[in-house]
Amino acid sequence: MPGEPERLDGSVLRPVRDATTVRTRGDEVLLSDGPFAETREYIAGYDIVECADLDEAIQIAARHPCARFGAVEVRPFAED
Amino acid sequence: MPSDAEIAAVFRQESGRIVATLIRMTGDWDLAEECVQDAFARALERWPRDGVPHRPGAWLTTTARNLALDRLRRSAVEAAKLREAAELREFSERDGESGDSGISDDLLRLIFTCCHPALALEARVALTLRTVAGLSTAEIARAFLVPEPTMAKRLVRAKQKIRNAGIPYRVPPGHLLPERLGGVLGVLYLLFSEGYAATAGADLVRQGLCAEAIRLAGTLADLMPDEPEVRGLRALMLLHDARRAARLDDAGDLILLEDQDRGSWDADRVAEGTRLLDTALRRGRPGPYQVQAAIAACHATAASAGETDWAQIALLYGRLVMMIPSPVVELNRAVAVAMADGPAAGLALVEHLAGAGALASYHLLPATRAHLLRRLDRTDEAAAAYREALALAPTDVERRYLTRRLAETQGDERVRK
Repeated sequence: MPGEPERLDGSVLRPVRDATTVRTRGDEVLLSDGPFAETREYIAGYDIVECADLDEAIQIAARHPCARFGAVEVRPFAED
Repeated sequence: MPSDAEIAAVFRQESGRIVATLIRMTGDWDLAEECVQDAFARALERWPRDGVPHRPGAWLTTTARNLALDRLRRSAVEAAKLREAAELREFSERDGESGDSGISDDLLRLIFTCCHPALALEARVALTLRTVAGLSTAEIARAFLVPEPTMAKRLVRAKQKIRNAGIPYRVPPGHLLPERLGGVLGVLYLLFSEGYAATAGADLVRQGLCAEAIRLAGTLADLMPDEPEVRGLRALMLLHDARRAARLDDAGDLILLEDQDRGSWDADRVAEGTRLLDTALRRGRPGPYQVQAAIAACHATAASAGETDWAQIALLYGRLVMMIPSPVVELNRAVAVAMADGPAAGLALVEHLAGAGALASYHLLPATRAHLLRRLDRTDEAAAAYREALALAPTDVERRYLTRRLAETQGDERVRK
């Protein structure tokens, strides 16, 4: 029996100006200030992580498989 | 009694450390900067009357800290603010016991945070000059030739990102340190290069960027005595800076290294740079800045252009290419090889680079080709390469230089006909 449509979850992110884009190329982790800005961008998925600071988040993002061929955009949640 | 200029000099010397300490205590960059400014204003009021305190840095720190405490107390309507004020008082007491230790760590924390790679490069440079070097927003705007509101916005935005994105206020842990230190050195070198590119007519703040970069590299070298690349960078800056006055003639035209008046090089700077490089190299951990400084030292210590040790320079460029695989470094190596082994050997390397399609829009590639072709008496090809270089040259100074060379080359041709 199909249930009623309902909102499961959602949160507000901080604006893109607080984003950091992470790319891993070879052994190097490349960072850039701001959002992922390719000509044909699309979002392939998301991970939610709990970190003490941006360096920890970057470390996790840099290990994500997508960071090797594409990029991972790190965005903080807006505070409640 | 101290003059305002003397007090300003103390301020420039001390402000980075004090801001750094206040940021650690309050976690609030704006509050820290404002309180340090206010402490300085108080010094301008009191020191001419009472004399400069025995330890001006400690006086300014205590004053700034008390001002911060007052402001937090006054605005302590929320529990969080009250907690901050309480922590600040605790900090003050702890710092009082431990004397100056930890203060240098604060400065290092500040430097690494300002140069964090998640900030845009221009933001890193601006923030370092503002908070570490103590320049005003107006001065930084003038140094980088942008309107003051643009620079103010850039600084505000950088501080917001630090806060909102959670950029940590600390010296990076060991596994991140080599990469992050590289980033800090990159910012200092960029500062230096901006100042070095400034012409004699440029704003004094802009010309002063070289001195500022050398000073900051010195501070960093004191804070990180075990990192030879920091000293290597400072040595590189000193060795370049020694030749600053000799680079341009009265009309503002470029004078080639070989034609520069070596007597007008700053001998003290050269000596300081080579001495510093020696202490760095003795660590046995060479890096790109040390190698570049070694190349600069070869030039700076040659008694005349003819006595330059080009074989050694070519060797050093060979090492540099392995550290930084870049076509610009390859091009420099080609020039050194041409000087050591003759123009044909150098030209072969340049042709190889050109064939690989690297540096297609870089004027110094055809300019170097032109120069070597001319030395091989291949005048027509040389003239064509000079024209190619002229079309790509980015500044008037360089276009004037290339135009003169082209005219000389065409003169060669006429002489032969």
